[in-house]
Amino acid sequence: MTSRRHFLFLACGALSGAAQAQLPPDIGARRKAAADEALRKVTGGAELRTGKVKLDIPPLIDNGNAVPLTVTVDSPMTEKDHVRTIHVLTEKNPQPNVVSVHLGPRAGRANITTRVRLADTQTVTAIAQMSDGSFWVDRVPVVVTLSACLEDGLI
Amino acid sequence: MARTVVNMPAQAKRGEIIEIKTLAGHVMETGFRHTERGESIPRDIITQFVCTYNGTEIFRADLFPAIAANPLITFTTVATESGTLEFKWLGDKGFTASHSAQLTVA
Repeated sequence: MTSRRHFLFLACGALSGAAQAQLPPDIGARRKAAADEALRKVTGGAELRTGKVKLDIPPLIDNGNAVPLTVTVDSPMTEKDHVRTIHVLTEKNPQPNVVSVHLGPRAGRANITTRVRLADTQTVTAIAQMSDGSFWVDRVPVVVTLSACLEDGLI
Repeated sequence: MARTVVNMPAQAKRGEIIEIKTLAGHVMETGFRHTERGESIPRDIITQFVCTYNGTEIFRADLFPAIAANPLITFTTVATESGTLEFKWLGDKGFTASHSAQLTVA
């Protein structure tokens, strides 16, 4: 018969084993590589300039499962000068892409709102590509107390 | 067919910028979660949202697993002429949902 103590010992061992099996030891480096790759895909290595883009997201988030996020880009949205795309990327989510939005002069204003999941305390990045091909960026650090995506809290 | 909600004004002045709020009922399963038995839960998300205004595409969004369940998307457009706005959501496992709304431009 298995004693309570022995059972707990076995259960703890099994749990820690499962946790290790799910998370490769170089998870930090992998996430960083994935985030860099996503950024490179979006911009093609082009220079990122700060300004124009405003990412509005709460700095302290209780629940990462639905975080309101607004991106506003300062642009006249005319045929000649408008926002072509807006991308939102994260650093430490299992997949760095969050949303990619394609706009045009008919949007009138470059202003989008959605709700996102955040897996960890990290920096959220919003990138806008203008019709002249330039990229503008805004980065906001956020603190997440309850993470999304991996609900057992394994990051 | 999933439940969809679109909130926008029914009437607008010509040239006015109107705000459109859209919501589709969907679990947006990320594909990164596991069951209690350790089996991976397959990804099931909405991957694309498109809005057309009298047949012309005015807004498109590519969604990823990091979008919360029941994706809410808010955007704007210029009221150019009276007509129909069509909203379409496409996703994994052949998911489709659509909604249409009338806009009268004075």
